[in-house]
Amino acid sequence: MTGLPPATERVEAAQPPRAAPTPDERRLVQALRAGDEAAFVAMVERYNGALLRLALSFVPSRAVAEEVVQETWLAVITGIDRFEGRSTLRTWLFRILVNRAKTRGERERRTVPFSSLATGEAGDDEPLVDADRFAPADSPWAGHWTTGPRPWAHAPEGRLLSKETTSVVTGAIEALPPAQRAVVSLRDIAGWSSEEVCESLGISEVNQRVLLHRGRTRVRNALETHFDGEG
Amino acid sequence: MADTSPLACAELVVLVTDYLEGAMTPSERARFDAHLDECPLCVVYVDQFRRTLDAIGTLREEDVPAPARRVLLSAFRDWKGSRGDAPPDDGAPSTRA
Repeated sequence: MTGLPPATERVEAAQPPRAAPTPDERRLVQALRAGDEAAFVAMVERYNGALLRLALSFVPSRAVAEEVVQETWLAVITGIDRFEGRSTLRTWLFRILVNRAKTRGERERRTVPFSSLATGEAGDDEPLVDADRFAPADSPWAGHWTTGPRPWAHAPEGRLLSKETTSVVTGAIEALPPAQRAVVSLRDIAGWSSEEVCESLGISEVNQRVLLHRGRTRVRNALETHFDGEG
Repeated sequence: MADTSPLACAELVVLVTDYLEGAMTPSERARFDAHLDECPLCVVYVDQFRRTLDAIGTLREEDVPAPARRVLLSAFRDWKGSRGDAPPDDGAPSTRA
């Protein structure tokens, strides 16, 4: 499988969905309950970026997203004694975030709940690759490329992304509609499994896959525009 | 009912995530692979899609800015200080009232 997340996340993503904390997570919960500050700081460092990215899918501004993430961490502190281990620690953490971000997002900007957004974005029939690039239905080559993808001269190769390419990818993700952005962030940046994403966002597997597809295609399109522009 | 007609490029573009996610039946997958065997442009497309995923996967998690970290650490210490008894050391939920 390609498009693998960073190594530390990859091992977790490859395992079947867990209903209980991992041994590492149990140790972390113990450490937090014992007041281990280093463990708490490590946990914050580890997850803060993913929490922030996900919050940005729900709320209109970075400032609000940072508030939501901050509130989430405070809820973790006060709630860790009550964490019962019915889900993984990570799922618990992100569920807190998602609930807060949804509530805040709905209050700040939208009256439409996230699940409706997800359905709307997934049901959107807008072609992601311009129909002009394929032969029309009445042609002998109906549906085949007429203007195909051009090989990328300076293609992103693994971890050797230029600053420019990174900024194209980041920009493309930031421009995604919220549900697509949330799914792409959780699957492809944070390395969650599809089961974990569906559980946290409250969407179906099929819905999740459609959103993932649409989001990824848009990012690929942005890279194509960028690399085609380089000639 | 399974579609046994040859895949066209416009359809492949819609199906590529199903393919990469392993969400296809064996015959759907065979149909997709058969098209790739004869369509170099779609090979390029799928390759670009995979490279896009790799590129997304390199995005780094952002550092926690220092003021936010101080606030959180302070909150953690406050919480620590406010708890009377030592916590149970088996990781089980606290049983204090």
